[in-house]
Amino acid sequence: MFETLILILDATLRVSTPLILAALAGLFSERSGIVDIGLEGKMLAGAFAAAAAAAVFGSAWIGLLFAIAASVSLALIHGFACITHRGDHIVSGVAINTIVAGLTITLGLDWFDQGGQTPSLTGDARFTPIVFPLADQLADVPVIGLIYSELLSGHNILVYLAFAMVPLTYWVVFKTRFGLRLRAVGENPHAVDTAGISVALIRYRAVIICGVLCGIAGAYLSTAHNAGFLKDMSAGKGYMALAALIFGKWRPVPVLFACLLFGFLDAVAVRLQGVSLPGIGEVPVQAIEVLPYVLTVLLLAGFIGKAVGPKAIGKPYVKERA
Amino acid sequence: MSQAKVPAWVSVGLIPLMNILLAFFVSGLVFLAIGEDPIEAAGYLIYGAFGYDEGIGYTLYYATNLIFTGLAVSIAFKAGLFNIGGEGQAYIGGLGVGLLCLWFDSSLPLLVIAPLAIIGGALFGAAWAYIPAYLQARRGSHIVITTIMFNFIASSLMVYLMVNWLKEEGVMSPISRTFEESAWLPYMHDVFAPFGLDIGDSPLNLAFVLALFCCVFYWALVWHTRWGYQLRTVGTNPTAAQYAGIDNAKVTIWVMLISGGFAGLVGVNEIMGVNHNLLLNFTAGYGFAGIAVALMGRNHPIGIILAAILFGALYQGGAELAFEIPTITPEIVVVIQGLVILFSGALENMFKGKIEGLFLRRAVA
Repeated sequence: MFETLILILDATLRVSTPLILAALAGLFSERSGIVDIGLEGKMLAGAFAAAAAAAVFGSAWIGLLFAIAASVSLALIHGFACITHRGDHIVSGVAINTIVAGLTITLGLDWFDQGGQTPSLTGDARFTPIVFPLADQLADVPVIGLIYSELLSGHNILVYLAFAMVPLTYWVVFKTRFGLRLRAVGENPHAVDTAGISVALIRYRAVIICGVLCGIAGAYLSTAHNAGFLKDMSAGKGYMALAALIFGKWRPVPVLFACLLFGFLDAVAVRLQGVSLPGIGEVPVQAIEVLPYVLTVLLLAGFIGKAVGPKAIGKPYVKERA
Repeated sequence: MSQAKVPAWVSVGLIPLMNILLAFFVSGLVFLAIGEDPIEAAGYLIYGAFGYDEGIGYTLYYATNLIFTGLAVSIAFKAGLFNIGGEGQAYIGGLGVGLLCLWFDSSLPLLVIAPLAIIGGALFGAAWAYIPAYLQARRGSHIVITTIMFNFIASSLMVYLMVNWLKEEGVMSPISRTFEESAWLPYMHDVFAPFGLDIGDSPLNLAFVLALFCCVFYWALVWHTRWGYQLRTVGTNPTAAQYAGIDNAKVTIWVMLISGGFAGLVGVNEIMGVNHNLLLNFTAGYGFAGIAVALMGRNHPIGIILAAILFGALYQGGAELAFEIPTITPEIVVVIQGLVILFSGALENMFKGKIEGLFLRRAVA
């Protein structure tokens, strides 16, 4: 029983990682007032770029760089449309998701000739598990041994990075000058402008950070969690990250817990497939799968707490002229 | 800068055209990037879509779905709402159509089943749009997020229903039994055959006529009824609408019901017209493509029909293209679709200021 729990939690960490990275990416963007439903597309582009570059250069780290580059360029397109040309944030996000969904397959087929996939990655082309010191020796110690060797040890670097990003994001957003301006731009851009700070520049920085994090999330999917790129491999994770961002009310630590909850549900759903629970009977997997979305809808409806986003979110900023 | 001074042909003709040409130009660059000649590819595409009877039939069959989803997205736009949930509403609409056909196919004639299924599809689609609409209107939750969530909920619900309840006995894949022929919407080629007209076999069916009828309905509703005026007022200026005594929340809910109803009719074309059974994933992205159609069609039924035919041609031509040049996938059409959304949607203001400025200066001089 205890071992099963540890295994489920272990899976939770692995499934939550891309959610955490993408949700924090969305946090930077949305806190600055830029709605981003393009998390999905940026993640998918990152996954493809990482797998493609890792396959060609044989290094996961080079893959990661390419993933970040691809994702940031999409973020800049989003910024160009929403910040510079005051376009609709949602339309721009949909455009990015659509373009990436088609382009990854088109380019994949042309470059690798494997029906849109990239060659499967081995060795240095993937991020491999990091085993903590003494993990094997301590595995037999009751309770703590299993937690240390199974749950905490043995993940790849990107998992630890994702968790480290949470306090870092908290610090940047709430304890630095940039963070103060970022939040101000999302709440009241006029005030920021009056203080002589460029609204556009702050927002561009926010979408670039968003791009970097989405790129890492994508690289995790294709070069750490899996061994190569598959068609549509982000499979709605970007939207789920968006849900987690709302569920965590645009705050880093609650967002982390929302991601862990959604990841946990995912891990449980896999385990419960075809298992009959005492007293309840067989729970359909789909019922657990939809829980994150249902919970988010309920939250948004104000039935479990209230989610209020940044005030100026989705509105283009027009500098006043006489 | 007042809109009135800019000639109408500039704002409804020239600027949208430039945006679309730019989208096609960038699409051409994508073809060049994968080492194909964009002109040659366009040739295959156009021939595949319009070059022969069956091709035209397929183009119009795809266009039928796109008209439904395009109208759905567009009418919500009119009220300033972004219904990104067309995919889920079409899915559930198809479920409604399928259930009615499964229940009545052996007991009722087509003339009764067809209207029932059309109403059923629209009602199911509308019901799926109702909850997000209610939450937006009464509880202030953002409709974009809720409709996205409802797309996922719809897809899980369908998997559950198909696998556990509606699957035909003794079949591995999750599809229902095939309907009796009395619940098949007639194909266009069968309709024309008695008149001695041979238009080639294609999935094009009477749902296309329904789609055209919906366009007329949309036009009359939006521009020629009192409610349509309320709708447009809410979309252009919600505060003014409220001042004028219009119940914004009520308009929001009703427009989403109609929007969901349009999307639900995709099920009539797909389930009743072509597949003749219930299956998974028949919506195949039409809900999202509807966004491109609505944007490109400038939220007018005529524009939507033209844009739907253009995208239908891309779908059909894309399949032909992938057949002629195996190194190209049909997914390249999705890229073109995305670029159209980007340039004629998100970046629609890119040229606007400059071109309008040009005409305004000339008008002043």
